[in-house]
Amino acid sequence: MDFGRISRRHLLQGGAALTLGTALGARGALAAETTIGFIYVGSRDDYGYNQAHAQGAAALKKLPGLKVVEEEKVPETDAVEKTMESMINLDGASLLFPTSFGYYNPHVLKMAQKYPKLRFQHCGGLWSDKDPKNAGSYFGYIDEAQYISGIVAGYSTKSGKLGFVAAKPIPQVLRNINAFTLGAKLANPKATTQVIFTGDWSMPVKEAEATNSLIDQGVDVLTCHVDGPKTMVENAARRGAMVCGYHVNQSPLAPKAYLTGAEWNWEALYPKFVKMIAAGETIPNFYRGGLKDEIVKVSPYGEAVSEEARKHADEVKSKFMSSDFVIFKGPISDNKGKVVIAAGTDRGQKDAELEKMDYLVDGVIGATS
Amino acid sequence: MTTDTADSAAAAAIAPAADPSFLQRHGQAIEYVLIPGAALAGALVVFGIFVALFGKNPLDLYFYMYYGAFGTWFSWQNTLARAAPLILTALCTALPAQLGMVIIGGEGALLIGALAATSAALALPWAPPLAVQFAMVIAGIIGGGLWIMLAGALRQYRGVNETISSLLLVYIALAILNHLVEGPMRDPASLNKPSTREIGAANMIGTIPGTDVHWGLVFGLVAAAAAYILIYHTTFGFAARVAGGNIRAARIVGLSVGKLIMTICFLAGGAAGLAGMIEVAAVQGRTNANLAAGYGFTGILVAFLARQNPLAVIPVAILLGGISASGGLLQRRLGLPDASVLVLQGIIFVFVLASDALYGRIGFLKGKG
Repeated sequence: MDFGRISRRHLLQGGAALTLGTALGARGALAAETTIGFIYVGSRDDYGYNQAHAQGAAALKKLPGLKVVEEEKVPETDAVEKTMESMINLDGASLLFPTSFGYYNPHVLKMAQKYPKLRFQHCGGLWSDKDPKNAGSYFGYIDEAQYISGIVAGYSTKSGKLGFVAAKPIPQVLRNINAFTLGAKLANPKATTQVIFTGDWSMPVKEAEATNSLIDQGVDVLTCHVDGPKTMVENAARRGAMVCGYHVNQSPLAPKAYLTGAEWNWEALYPKFVKMIAAGETIPNFYRGGLKDEIVKVSPYGEAVSEEARKHADEVKSKFMSSDFVIFKGPISDNKGKVVIAAGTDRGQKDAELEKMDYLVDGVIGATS
Repeated sequence: MTTDTADSAAAAAIAPAADPSFLQRHGQAIEYVLIPGAALAGALVVFGIFVALFGKNPLDLYFYMYYGAFGTWFSWQNTLARAAPLILTALCTALPAQLGMVIIGGEGALLIGALAATSAALALPWAPPLAVQFAMVIAGIIGGGLWIMLAGALRQYRGVNETISSLLLVYIALAILNHLVEGPMRDPASLNKPSTREIGAANMIGTIPGTDVHWGLVFGLVAAAAAYILIYHTTFGFAARVAGGNIRAARIVGLSVGKLIMTICFLAGGAAGLAGMIEVAAVQGRTNANLAAGYGFTGILVAFLARQNPLAVIPVAILLGGISASGGLLQRRLGLPDASVLVLQGIIFVFVLASDALYGRIGFLKGKG
């Protein structure tokens, strides 16, 4: 029975948390041991959204003086508030990463108000001026990586039919579908993307059905935007189709079928955040970037990717890395023939109009409602 | 003869005043505490062995479970906040069980109650908070009540199995919620997280003074007590139990079984609908997909563990709230996966169901003189 040891440790951690709270608030410096809490909405080995964050957490574990605590499958209810408080009260966490989009309002906001000296880093890019200053929200322009995937997919398809398994027709998802399609059309102007919405973020059965139905319709390259791409990748590979991944590198699941993919690069960003705190800098409350800022990345090309495709994709990638390359460059019309971005209008990465996207571009087969 | 002496000696050890007549009077009550308690202890032992097989110290496990659920004031609040919705959703199963009906659709009633309550609040933007809250309570109860009444009516007038119909109604409720939230009721500003408009901070019901636990807990306690009085201390409840015992006998003595079924189903659904209203008014502040967090399904487990007794629902909900509150700590400290909490819940469920066979069979509690 080592209860004595445990409770002593808790006591020490509690003390550490207090000191740390003040230290972080006042000087922004890291104390001897900082505890960082990561909260995931799904399981951390889902080969998807949550695993991407867990990889970021793993990168922090390697840094000295940091202790990382993790909790998975925390729903977007007051359970996440209690989990944050539990990490604060029982583990002494002073920096929290509630990683799911739906955690922000009202849960992260409530906790940030309640614990003004602790730092809350939310993934989703939702922070606005009205929100507490100790809450931050970061996100990546992953449509840039989807655009590169699209180029590779456009070269790799034989039928000219691409497939997209998507969760919900919300701006973030539509932007990925549109970027993927515009990329594919660079390589093959006749390429089309058939999209199927499953209705929710984690619907493995529907995702498998959608994958099979797309392949039955002649689609030979698929990608997706759901929380766990595993179902789509494995099913597509089994049926002999090629895939572009999403969230993390899924090539271990289908080494032969994996072309490339759009990945988060949290393992680069999270250590950056911690270094900023250690150096006494404040992390911008609203922190977003794309390929150039190393917030997103493109998976290494699979063996099936042709020389031509690699060359073209690398060329565009280097434009992203060196300049402000614009994906949504007018004229662009939607798949009903309406002009959505007029000729001469460039909608760059940070353009707020893109955050309200409610259309599918010409070349996408599907409807938003 | 010898066993009887030994048994009464054992009984005397528990209850000093034990004499045969004491046991005759209270044997049943003691059974109701002793058997579930033993089942719970058995389940914890089996779970400890399970955890030991994974190379973790079971004593650590028990300590962290206690610490995370009841070990500190914060842990208690965490537990109670998680128990609050479960008390109400458990009543959705426990009340119809008095009539011999197995209703497992509390989740659907919760969602419809939440939608109704949100609609009521959004329809009364000019009303003072107290009036809005009152309207939300009424709307939540009516919404959830009518939803389960639907299952009751299908059973009474069309002979449809209420277990299946109430479960299927959950998916219909979820589809209605998603449709309204992503369509007619959507707040145009909720871009990537389709939600209704917010009910406004002034209309939120807040927390019990001095704690972090919202008023939903009090609603739950009052509802459970009222349900207990209704079932065990009114002629209506007596009639319901008669009908639950033998429906033909009930009809022969002239009880209106149809009316009983409809009323009980309304009250049951009303309880779950109230839970939905509270999730909106105390936690989320609006309706969106976050509400489908499975409280309705955990409520089924609570009701069965409480042997469908409305009063026993309270401690069981607190127990399950505690298990889920400590689940996070088990993940963080022992590195157990989230699923281990489900394993524990499953083991408890099996033990409690199996222990049903013991009622009335424990020799010394029969008070043989």
